[in-house]
Amino acid sequence: MTIVEANDVSFAYERDGARVLDRVSVRVPRGGIVGLLGPNGSGKTTLLRLMSGTLTPASGGIVLDGRSITAMPRREIARRIAVVPQETHSAFDFTALEIVMMGRYPHLGAFELEGAADLAIAREALAATGTSRLEARRFATLSGGEKQRVVIASALAQASEVLLLDEPTASLDLGFQLDITALLTRLNAERGVTMVVSTHDLNLAAALCGSLVMLRAGHVIAAGDTRSVLTNRNVRALYGVDAEVVDHPRARHLTVVPLARAE
Amino acid sequence: MAATIAGFGALTLLVCLAAPLVGTTSIHLARVFDRTIPFTDNVDAQVFFVARLPRVLAAILVGSSLAVAGVVFQAFLRNPLASPDTLGLSTGATLGAVIVITFHIDTAVFGISAVPIASFLGAAIALGIVWAMSVARRHGTSTTVLLLAGVALSAFFGALNRLVQVLGDFTDTFRSIRWMMGSLDVGSYTDVAVSFVPITAALVAVATLPRVLDLVSLGTAAAESRGVDVRRAERLALVSASVLTGSAVSLGGPIPFVGIIVPHIVRLIVGADHRVVLPAAALFGGTFLVLCDLLARTAFGAAGMPVGAVTALLGGPFFLWLLFRRFR
Repeated sequence: MTIVEANDVSFAYERDGARVLDRVSVRVPRGGIVGLLGPNGSGKTTLLRLMSGTLTPASGGIVLDGRSITAMPRREIARRIAVVPQETHSAFDFTALEIVMMGRYPHLGAFELEGAADLAIAREALAATGTSRLEARRFATLSGGEKQRVVIASALAQASEVLLLDEPTASLDLGFQLDITALLTRLNAERGVTMVVSTHDLNLAAALCGSLVMLRAGHVIAAGDTRSVLTNRNVRALYGVDAEVVDHPRARHLTVVPLARAE
Repeated sequence: MAATIAGFGALTLLVCLAAPLVGTTSIHLARVFDRTIPFTDNVDAQVFFVARLPRVLAAILVGSSLAVAGVVFQAFLRNPLASPDTLGLSTGATLGAVIVITFHIDTAVFGISAVPIASFLGAAIALGIVWAMSVARRHGTSTTVLLLAGVALSAFFGALNRLVQVLGDFTDTFRSIRWMMGSLDVGSYTDVAVSFVPITAALVAVATLPRVLDLVSLGTAAAESRGVDVRRAERLALVSASVLTGSAVSLGGPIPFVGIIVPHIVRLIVGADHRVVLPAAALFGGTFLVLCDLLARTAFGAAGMPVGAVTALLGGPFFLWLLFRRFR
């Protein structure tokens, strides 16, 4: 069953400017993990921003559970869709717990302050991401991997069914990449959180995602089940790179070994 | 959290009660509130209620307004150097006042004289320009650009200001310069009451925003994805902060640095959470300015010193220290 879908969406950042997305359709199944692949500038981040309602498509529409997202108040969207950006910077010295508590915002009334229940939810989110011991630390002093896990905790505290992640492992070292992958897999399995993950890491996509969407220059060039989409041919079409896609016996998922730029 | 705010509140109350007792003429609290002496014969009560209390109240209002405006600007621009001064609002207000003084415009509206009205308008015009930039920002202009625009705006208004002063005579220039130094010598409760209304309204509006200020300091996209209607919140916040700045400047002149150092001192003490930062800045801003004004009217002989000079003497070095600490 589909929870979020993009129907024929087109988008340009400037009126009459080049289309960043051109009639793109994507279906995200409830409880699934969908990977967005594509070269730089292919429109992955734009598609995520359209899905979270922070950008409005020039044509076409985003539908959440059968309802158009453009008609929904921002607060209501936020209760159902949370976003984990590539990097998070704060202008001020918030603690990790304060960052996580910010996820409770869409659940509060105008003058309402967070109560014990909200604090419990935030602490539980910290525990789920293995960051409880960082609670009182200043966010700015955390390492890249710790920051990303705290931001994911903040998204969990938002208690939404859908999580949109924009290159969640882009600035992380190998160890943290594995940690985040394991964390996302677990959150999906245990809580049924639906995820859309944009990434340049084909091996991460192969390990994590049930289905893939390949975007090139604003068009979908392939979409479907990970095993059927992640092929030598599609990788070549997407990046202009010759690669060998093999089923790794120990990793138990497809792995991609890039060989050379295609002629 | 409640304890921290109560602490700041107690400090404010203490300073407000003590400040009118201190001065070149010494008075006693017991005599001030001695109801057996008629007010006309009670010199202590007269000094307390007529000469000093309005000034303390003005300091509270101006200090709170500038500090809260600074907090709001810093959060929305995501920059610790944003303040009513650096955005050009104070210079805009000054230009308005200097024009009115130099050209002897003395039309009063509803009993409010022309100088406060003109300075309020000046701040509003400066905001209009910054506002236009902030709307353009949606298409990628950085907050750095906004701050640079504020610097350019300040320089431009400053130049116009000097141009206008050249046109005035000796007395006008003297009055303009005195006004620009900032003074809380308000003379009556009417001035205080006139500013009290817009300042209170703006503070109530800002009181709805602490969570939003937290979120926008992570960036527009982060705030929107957590359910903040950033465009609407920004409108409310920037208008409120400008009303606070305009009201404060029209009451006390362009008192420098309060809008930038108080938010930083408060954040150093209480952390980043705006639920605490906002009330603490309002209370501490007022307290800080009452103390500066106390210094201004006592430490430099009977003639006193403009309060703006005291805040600049304290604020200048502090600001430099802040820059050094942040960018070394």
